[in-house]
Amino acid sequence: MIGITAFGAYIPRSRLSKQAMSDANSWFDAGLKSLAKGERSICNWDEDTITMAVEATRDCLTALEKKQLASLYLASTTLPFLDRQNSVVVSEALNLEKNIRTMDISASQRAATSALISLLESRPKSNAMLVASEHRRTKAGSRSEMLWGDAAAAVSVGTEKVIAEFLGAETYAVDFVDHYRGSDSDFDYDWEERWIRDEGFMKSVPETVDKLLASCGIDAAQITHFILPTDQARTPAALAKKLGINAQAVVDNQIASVGVAGAAQAILLLAKAIEAANPEDLILLVGFGQGCDIVLFRVTEEVSNTKPKQGVNGALLARRVETNYNKFLSFNKLVERDIGKRGEADKQTYLSGYNRRKDLLTSFIGGVCRECGTVQIPRDKYCVNPDCHALESQDDYRFADKAGTVATWTADRLTFDWNPPAYFGMVEFEGGGKLMMDFTEVEEGTIDAGTRVSLHFRIKQFDTQRGFRKYFWKAMPLSS
Amino acid sequence: MASGIKDKVVILGMGCSKFGERWESSPSDLMVEAFEECIQDAGIEREQIEAAWFGAGIDSFNVGASAMPLAIALRLNYIPVTKVENMCATGTEAFRGAVYAVASGACDIALALGVEKLKDTGYGGLPQRSRGIENDMYWPNLSAPGAFAQLATGYQAKHKLNKEDLKRAMAHVSVKSHANGVKNPKAHLQREITEEQAMNAPYIAEPIGLFDCCGVSDGSACAIVTTPEIAEKLGKENLVSVKALQLAVSNGTESSHSSWDGSYLKTTRIAAQRAYDEAGVKNPKQEISMTEVHDCFSITELVTMEDLQLAEEGRAVNDVLDGTFDADGSNPCQIDGGLKCFGHPIGASGLRMIYENYLQFQGRADARQLSNPRLGLNHNLGGFPHQNICSISIIGPYD
Repeated sequence: MIGITAFGAYIPRSRLSKQAMSDANSWFDAGLKSLAKGERSICNWDEDTITMAVEATRDCLTALEKKQLASLYLASTTLPFLDRQNSVVVSEALNLEKNIRTMDISASQRAATSALISLLESRPKSNAMLVASEHRRTKAGSRSEMLWGDAAAAVSVGTEKVIAEFLGAETYAVDFVDHYRGSDSDFDYDWEERWIRDEGFMKSVPETVDKLLASCGIDAAQITHFILPTDQARTPAALAKKLGINAQAVVDNQIASVGVAGAAQAILLLAKAIEAANPEDLILLVGFGQGCDIVLFRVTEEVSNTKPKQGVNGALLARRVETNYNKFLSFNKLVERDIGKRGEADKQTYLSGYNRRKDLLTSFIGGVCRECGTVQIPRDKYCVNPDCHALESQDDYRFADKAGTVATWTADRLTFDWNPPAYFGMVEFEGGGKLMMDFTEVEEGTIDAGTRVSLHFRIKQFDTQRGFRKYFWKAMPLSS
Repeated sequence: MASGIKDKVVILGMGCSKFGERWESSPSDLMVEAFEECIQDAGIEREQIEAAWFGAGIDSFNVGASAMPLAIALRLNYIPVTKVENMCATGTEAFRGAVYAVASGACDIALALGVEKLKDTGYGGLPQRSRGIENDMYWPNLSAPGAFAQLATGYQAKHKLNKEDLKRAMAHVSVKSHANGVKNPKAHLQREITEEQAMNAPYIAEPIGLFDCCGVSDGSACAIVTTPEIAEKLGKENLVSVKALQLAVSNGTESSHSSWDGSYLKTTRIAAQRAYDEAGVKNPKQEISMTEVHDCFSITELVTMEDLQLAEEGRAVNDVLDGTFDADGSNPCQIDGGLKCFGHPIGASGLRMIYENYLQFQGRADARQLSNPRLGLNHNLGGFPHQNICSISIIGPYD
């Protein structure tokens, strides 16, 4: 049996009020008022497709007994780097083995479903990870801005302890251009919604679904979870009806709580469906874009034994309401903010120096001294213990999964930060070691000496002059 | 065992520019201003200076690299000039170079000059700059107040202090220095402030508020040193000598080892004890008449009082509020106004502090004159509480 063996999810904590978005923009487009329900997830300034992918994969790994993976595929249409494999950054942040097969899959809203089918049909020897992550930029005041959200989700594919058995897949490949984003464009350009529904969804999906169900000997009425990623509110139900799938089987696209997460939406909803599923449930997953992918799963008894630490529901609950639309514009560089002269400092990354420190910077690895046992970060030639100072005595020691405690801190309003004040301080790690480091996701009044923190891979700095971004680990109060 | 520096070198002359927002003055102008006062005070000719040490902290906003800017500005006579940079200890480092040169017998008369031009950045506070390409990749982008706010939160946690009490003591540190600065025509800030003003000012880096920060200014200070014998031969009276010169530099223990809890300055404790030993000081509280400490932020001064053994550990808040370090207290601190009122032109500060000692011991401190001062201690702290350089000099009348 091959199928899904675990799942994980990540939704940025910050949820922007759609009322606030509508209040800022409906003077121009009164139609936005009808979309002003609930909230959408937004990346913090230091989050992107890569950082969300790291979080979703970490969550998925919590449900896997064997952490060793055969491969890590990253699906997204919003990869931060066009030429520098993004999935390798995720892999190194997670400190996965160096012989892992990595790949980025992009350029379509069905990137993730296509990658999933290819993994399932390749029958990997051990667990293969697919993470889908999306952080789409949209024009200010657009409907897309109201309907979309940022999120990531991961599933592992394997043959042991399968929680959702792969029954089959069909693909219909056709260049139906409902929208596109050229390599020289920042934003999508789309066509009329009604045309996309009638000539796209309603024509390509039923035919392909019927073909798959027939080959699997399954009746549409047996489907218990029908996933159609789209920002069109009524289309999933209309398609279900046309296909003969029960209305209750339609999985909600979470438009009023997260927003549609682009190529990641299919995997996020698949994770959500599995999380809610009972053994023997049938999940029909659609990926729509230049035709469609259809994948069918049957949930197994194993589903109740395999739960990630957070999952989709956990990610939905870890939220903080944001009502400042201007922040969203700033974080997504949709407005040219006066960031002050301190923000003008050159942020060049010296790649040879970066490469030397990659263990620390990406994998968050320090050292433990073989002579005295002192745990330390950064790892240097001599042990830091004043009573030891042994030379080259340290083995690798990973800090990323350690909890920490704040020893000292501040909220710095002088230094440059994209979301001032800049919170940072000395963190002492469980099991030893300490580091002066940045904090993230801090709400005023929630941090003090003694506050417990967890560690997260985030953007450290943007080099806008050269189109580079640096990542590093930051501490986050556990209450966040 | 080494005999130390005590009484081997005396100050022949000193000079100090007016500190402040010297928009009209270049670094060279400031150097010349301090030097002219210094050489006239020393009563020698430029050609008698045999070697010089030049302190400047931030090259990119100052005069550029190397010792040449000093040699050119002062038209020195092709003598050896050494450029030193050691963060906020830079001025004292220049002084140490000159003093050690004379003490070694390598030369008879040496010059130390520090300068900094901070007000050419176009914004307030210290210049934003790189901390080195590797450090920049993972250090927080900490400002100086952000770094020293850590000391406040660490000290508060360690001694389980009420935030309000600590903040009031920090406010008193600044109020006292402003009161002293009023009496100093060379200070940048010459006005009094109240505790309420200090406590209610906006945060720069919590819990450090605007009035907890020292000023940012341009300035230069300068010393010419020689041996006691030569000074006497030159007719110099009321000789002031160097009693101790110490430096302690963090080796990574504070930033990476659990033995440091963030509530004190390890380097200061080490440098202070070494300096007391070198100067023969057994009881600092009674023997040190005045201190000029590195009050980059009020919290730094408060904690430093403990690290210098002038307050019991955990008791500085009480001592500060009791007025122990006020001008009329038992251990006056920043009698010249301190960094608080002078600002902190990095290369100049250490020498500016020694300048105040020198004036006090020569009885030339005018409205600020202390009665019968015996020993003065000067303290600089460069870097961050978790990783820094501490310099300490002890100066006093040559017996």
